Amino acid sequence: MSDGQLQVHVWRGGEKGALKTYSVSARDNQTVLDVVTEIQQRIDPTLSYRFACRVGVCGSCAMTVNGRPRWTCRTHVTRVAINSELTIEPLRNLPHIKDLITDMAPFFEKWQRAGGVFEGTATRHDPPASVTHEDRQRRNADAGIECINCAVCYSACDVAGWNKDYLGPAALNRAWTLLNDCRHGDHRGLLAVVSAAGGCSSCHTQGRCTEACPVELSPTRSIAGLKRATLLNTLGLATDKVAS
Amino acid sequence: MDRSDGRSHRAFFLHRISGIALALFLPVHFLMLGLALDGEARLDAGLAFTDNLVVKAAETGLVVLLTIHLAFGLRLMMLEFGTWRNERNLAPQLIDAGIVLAALIGGAFIWRIL
Repeated sequence: MSDGQLQVHVWRGGEKGALKTYSVSARDNQTVLDVVTEIQQRIDPTLSYRFACRVGVCGSCAMTVNGRPRWTCRTHVTRVAINSELTIEPLRNLPHIKDLITDMAPFFEKWQRAGGVFEGTATRHDPPASVTHEDRQRRNADAGIECINCAVCYSACDVAGWNKDYLGPAALNRAWTLLNDCRHGDHRGLLAVVSAAGGCSSCHTQGRCTEACPVELSPTRSIAGLKRATLLNTLGLATDKVAS
Repeated sequence: MDRSDGRSHRAFFLHRISGIALALFLPVHFLMLGLALDGEARLDAGLAFTDNLVVKAAETGLVVLLTIHLAFGLRLMMLEFGTWRNERNLAPQLIDAGIVLAALIGGAFIWRIL
C-alpha cells in the first residue's frame, strides 16, 4: 500500500444512502472483513454488517467489493484494492436493511419455492438406499451439493436483478441436486416448478454465478441440466430418472 | 480452473445486440425483396439505393453481427445440451472462435462487394 493507508468507501444507509469514506491502516494479511471490522470497532460503531465464522464456512459475510460479490473473510485486500481504495457495498438483488446488511428472506423463499426441501420416501425400517459413486446422477448431485447459501451467485446474476420472479442460480442448483437424488420422492413436481415461469428457462447463461461462486461450484452447468431435463420432459422422452 | 473473467457475460450482450440487429434488418430485407412483386424497375431502384458506401458499411456490420449471433447461439446450445467435461468451463474459447469467424466472414464480405 502506497502510504500505509487505505481509503475505504462504505455504503451507509438502507435502500437510500451514500458511500462514506474512511481511512484505515493498511496491514499485511488483511482481509476485507478485517477492514470493515476495524472501521466498526475503532472509527464508527454505528456501522452494521453481518459475519459469523470468519473462515469461509458460513457464507454470512458476503458483500459487494469493488463491484463484485465476494466473501469478505476470504478476500485479501491486496487482491482487490485499486490504488489503495476499496468500495464496499451490500449484496445486489436483495433488499438493503442497513449499511452492509441485506434481507436474505427473498433468497431463502426462492430456495423453498424451487422445491429445495428433500422429501424422503423410505422409513427407518427400510434398508439404506444403495447409491454408488459410479452412478452418473450421483456424480451430478455431488458436483453441486457443497453450496452453503451465501447468495454470492444470486447477487452476481443480472437476471435475478431484472426478473424478480427468477428463482436464481443457488435455488436452481439445489433443485438440480435433488433431481439427481434417487432418494427424493417428488422428481416430477420438482421439474414442474423449475420448468415454470421464473425457472431455469429464464437463465441467459451469462456465467456470472459460476465465475463468482466462492466454493467453485457451477450453477450454470446445473441450470443447463435442468433445461435439458425440461426439454426431454416436454418431448415426452423423460424416464422416471428425469435428470438422465 | 476455467474462469472466463466476464467474457461469457459480454458474449451475452453481443448475442442480444446482434439478435436485435437481425430483428430490425429482416423486415427491411423482406420489404426490399417484396419490391420485385411490383416490377423490375422498383426492385432495381431499391438495389440502386443500397449501392453506396454507408449502406455497404452497414451491411458489413450486419454480416459480422449475424455471424456472431450464429456462433454464440451454437455455443449456448453446446453448453445447454452438450456434455460438460469441466464443471466450470464456460467455453470462452468458443467466444474467441466466434469473433475470429465473424471477422473473417466480414472481411470476405468486404472483399466481395468492393
